Amino acid sequence: MRHTARNITTTVLSLATLLGALLLTPFQASAAGATAVEKGKAVAVNRKKGNCLACHAMEDGTLPGNIGPPLVAMKARYPDKAKLRAQIWDATAPNPNSIMPPFGRHRLLSEEEIDQITEYVYTL
Amino acid sequence: MKELLTATLVLGLLSVFTMPAQASPEEDLAKLRAFYKNRFPNTQFSDFKNGVYSIDADLRSQWEDIEEFPPYELNLEKGKTLFETPFANGKTYASCFPDDGIGIAQLYPFFDSNSGKVITLEAAINQCRAANSEKALKWKSGPIADLSGYMHYTSRGKTINVIIPDDPRAQKIYEQGKAIFFAKRGQMNASCADCHINYAGNKVRANLLGMAIGQTTHWPSYRSKWGGMGTLHRRYTGCNKQVRFKPYKAQGPEYTALEYFHTYISNGLEGNAPGNRM
Ligand code: HEC
Repeated sequence: MRHTARNITTTVLSLATLLGALLLTPFQASAAGATAVEKGKAVAVNRKKGNCLACHAMEDGTLPGNIGPPLVAMKARYPDKAKLRAQIWDATAPNPNSIMPPFGRHRLLSEEEIDQITEYVYTL
Repeated sequence: MKELLTATLVLGLLSVFTMPAQASPEEDLAKLRAFYKNRFPNTQFSDFKNGVYSIDADLRSQWEDIEEFPPYELNLEKGKTLFETPFANGKTYASCFPDDGIGIAQLYPFFDSNSGKVITLEAAINQCRAANSEKALKWKSGPIADLSGYMHYTSRGKTINVIIPDDPRAQKIYEQGKAIFFAKRGQMNASCADCHINYAGNKVRANLLGMAIGQTTHWPSYRSKWGGMGTLHRRYTGCNKQVRFKPYKAQGPEYTALEYFHTYISNGLEGNAPGNRM
């Protein structure tokens, strides 16, 4: 009996891990101790959140779109990190025609999430 | 690295396609055709009727395989039966349309100078039912899509010829449709033109974005995603929802105006509905 219970617990746990790995990023599994960069990556790749891969190639992300430029050399492109954050917050401010969703202005993401994404993207 | 940065710059500077409100429909059409010709030099104009399949060989061959046993065949049979079955009063749909309703879909939507309104083929189907004391059909799927699909099928190969007459009421509806096509919408803040003009040929995730011309020629379509046929306005609903914009009502004034503009810009291409799509 105890034996079975333990087996079930183990199964549940490994299922949870598996699901976590499928749905979330590896980083979120350890969310408790996650750094801002790790949290930022989780928000960036989540299809219901940043979904950056819909338009940008990014690290090892699979099936990226090519609407926007690949996210590389970010520090070179944005010497000022605040400018990068502003771009994520509302890309239509400098360019009203931009197809990039205004994540902050339209409240697609919270301010905290935008901070985290900025930290992550700045490492690319 | 340098190449990536250059690519970044080029994309960043990508100029945005505009259609000034005061431009005439003829000017809009010429400008749009020139734009796509320049963007897709390897696609023949006549091939744009095939949507994304005119710009991607792999997708095209998958699609052609499916066309060998088209999933909409059953819908065509149903549509034909509905079309030919008399109403309670003994008349049929044929009595409501020019040429008995055969080979005429390329003329829709059209501006009706009596009512001052634009009439889509689906609207005409329900008007016919009303005139014969039959209940209206639902707009987006089911019998109306089968009927419209069949009527389009009998019009395959005919050249799309939507007329914007020199009537301020018609011009106004055209302008409204054009404005809707170019308006940024929803929480995602994207316009039809963003995806289907400015970024046509690019990918959102794995989805290749198709061109605005040749987009209506194959509607209604069978979509595997739907497991059935749907009308153009049902497709509009989907494209509005994906940017988190509350869709307009099917066959309401907004989508009718949109269809008027959107079908006009396919003038000169052959009708090839029903289509089959993912
Ligand atoms: C975020 C991008 C996006 C926006 C905005 C968008 N669409 Fe689409 N649309 C797509 C994708 C992706 C497809 C499927 C691939 C294709 O055929 O282009 C599609 C397909 C379509 C199709 C079917 C094409 C076919 O060949 O069967 C129509 C019609 C259409 N869109 C019309 C519109 C209209 C009208 C609007 C504005 C109300 C709009 N779309 C806005 C992304 C978009």
